[in-house]
Amino acid sequence: MSGRTLYDKLWDAHRVRQDADGTALIYIDRHLVHEVTSPQAFEGLRMAGRKPWRTRSILAVPDHNVPTTDRSAGIADPVSRLQVDTLDHNCADFGITEFAMDDPRQGIVHVIGPEQGATLPGMTVVCGDSHTSTHGAFGALAFGIGTSDVEHVLATQCLILRKSRTLQVCVEGELAEGVSAKDVVLAIIGRIGTAGGTGYSIEFSGSTIRGLSMEGRMTVCNMAIEAGARAGMVAVDDTTIDYLAGRPYAPQGELWQQATSAWAELHSDADAVFDKTVTLDGAAIRPQVTWGTSPEMVVPVDGRVPDPDEESDSVKREGMRRAMQYMDLKPGMPVTDIRPDHVFIGSCTNARIEDLRVAAAVIRGRRVAETIKQALVVPGSGLVKRQAEAEGLDRIFLAAGFEWREPGCSMCLAMNADRLQPGDRCASTSNRNFEGRQGQGGRTHLVSPAMAAEAALSGHFVNVSHSSE
Amino acid sequence: MEKFNIVEGLAVPLDRPNVDTDAIIPKQFLKSIQRTGFGPNLFDEWRYLDQGEPGIDNSKRPLNPEFVLNAPRYQGARILLARENFGCGSSREHAVWALLDHGLRVVIAPSFADIFFNNCFKNGVLPIVLEAERVEQLFQATEATPGYALSVDLPSQLIRTPDQGEIAFEVDAFRKDCLVRGLDDIGLTLQHADAIRDFEHAHRQAAPWLFEKQD
Ligand code: SF4
Repeated sequence: MSGRTLYDKLWDAHRVRQDADGTALIYIDRHLVHEVTSPQAFEGLRMAGRKPWRTRSILAVPDHNVPTTDRSAGIADPVSRLQVDTLDHNCADFGITEFAMDDPRQGIVHVIGPEQGATLPGMTVVCGDSHTSTHGAFGALAFGIGTSDVEHVLATQCLILRKSRTLQVCVEGELAEGVSAKDVVLAIIGRIGTAGGTGYSIEFSGSTIRGLSMEGRMTVCNMAIEAGARAGMVAVDDTTIDYLAGRPYAPQGELWQQATSAWAELHSDADAVFDKTVTLDGAAIRPQVTWGTSPEMVVPVDGRVPDPDEESDSVKREGMRRAMQYMDLKPGMPVTDIRPDHVFIGSCTNARIEDLRVAAAVIRGRRVAETIKQALVVPGSGLVKRQAEAEGLDRIFLAAGFEWREPGCSMCLAMNADRLQPGDRCASTSNRNFEGRQGQGGRTHLVSPAMAAEAALSGHFVNVSHSSE
Repeated sequence: MEKFNIVEGLAVPLDRPNVDTDAIIPKQFLKSIQRTGFGPNLFDEWRYLDQGEPGIDNSKRPLNPEFVLNAPRYQGARILLARENFGCGSSREHAVWALLDHGLRVVIAPSFADIFFNNCFKNGVLPIVLEAERVEQLFQATEATPGYALSVDLPSQLIRTPDQGEIAFEVDAFRKDCLVRGLDDIGLTLQHADAIRDFEHAHRQAAPWLFEKQD
């Protein structure tokens, strides 16, 4: 018998029962909750007279609707306020731990879970949010669920699932200077497409991935869903364990010893067989820029906007034409001629301390270009913000002409007041460039923090990878 | 959940690949804490010429005459024909609630995004995967024939076309059973409450750190 993949190990360790038809009941260790996808689930629970199965497995935080400006007066938009208040009430009613809006630990759900050590290796982690794949960076099985499943996990601590296939994405080699985890994952999506991972769980492996920090691995796993895979994961190693040591929710003392020795098993066996393997040369990856309205519409910064006429598949060709029109770009145009007028550094993809450090290093001592209408930095959590301020990063951003905001999802999806106007063009460190994602009619180019920072200073995209010049 | 047996009705062709959940229901409408009322804002940015906001009267807004859902011949459609990777993007179940609220109970496409696909079954919407050529034929027939109606028979896993054609489709047996009987899967799972408790106990022994320090 061949060995098991990391996914197999996580699956086996959480299987409560297996049915003959292939469905299994899978136990959930950690349930993260935010205000947008939970109200109807709590309501359903109440209507059925049920209670959460294990309250202490749940951690809740409002992030999508919170204002990123001064919060002392509460939320101005009554609809947003109702949703956040509803979360507060539900958590109070059911005795669920919540980092409420005024808690210094509040932030984007996928930033605070790992930051608190509430995401641990070997866990099953779910949240009513597709970017739950982020937590797979810790050798956990983590994936997004819909509201009915949120209710199901609340009521039963389990989900009815069918095993997915396994896809190994192996990236080997040393990244060029200025190339980051974001570029790696965009290059992967460019290669396999936004449906390339549909039906699969992805394990990211290879020397490039092992060389990434935990922040970088989270960036990569975060966008597994953009490749169609519900879950992305990375094997546990010393980098994982070093990151978790001493975090508030991580085990301590004797339990820490026990846990870390168990975690050493959380990797695919050498003879494990994946359903599919894709290999990329990490050393050849350049800084990436999306030009279209799907994350797979991506090219290297020193490349050009593609020509739909050269696409043989008619459905794809039409999609490219529509995207080009929406984005107001011309086929063959050099990417470095694209001129964003907004810059957004934030989101659960790239708003951790390391991302802010990289951006600040690019910005230090320089000024935002005259043509930029707004440049925002939105830290991923209150603790990230505090850390950045302790390092003086806020002053670097402010001196350059960036706005320095309170933590939340912000312009990643524009549910709060931070949004693009029709025709605005944004260099964004977030994960989705769909039509209208950052505001109706807004145009989004997904890039790394260094690329976004440089675009803010230069007023157009610039290759930040010096070694390739 | 409403039972699903045979659904008959007009098909409406939405000829775009990668239709994401932001397009199905734009995020400003996600602020609702209800499960219903999303129908008028289904595909909002494509359907209307102005910008939609929660709470405004949708019946007074200018419709986009180019958008297929607005065409008089497709009014009252119950079946959506779609292209590859339908429902990609966020996990928001609101996307399915919006389709359902608009009266759509079936989506036929060459492929779906996983979470969306799963969410459909939880709400009595049937997503059907057919080969791309099959879907293309249905697109052509629907566009060529005003009043083109399909009958989707879940128990026999067949789509019947107006010209007496039959198209077989696959569906997971468990999900089919839940849809046909309109079952609440929380109730089903709780029948195994003892098994869950036993598992939980053993899991706690094996990995006690997962149960510590949760406050
Ligand atoms: S930052 Fe963006 S992608 Fe991440 S959870 Fe918030 S809205 Fe979703």
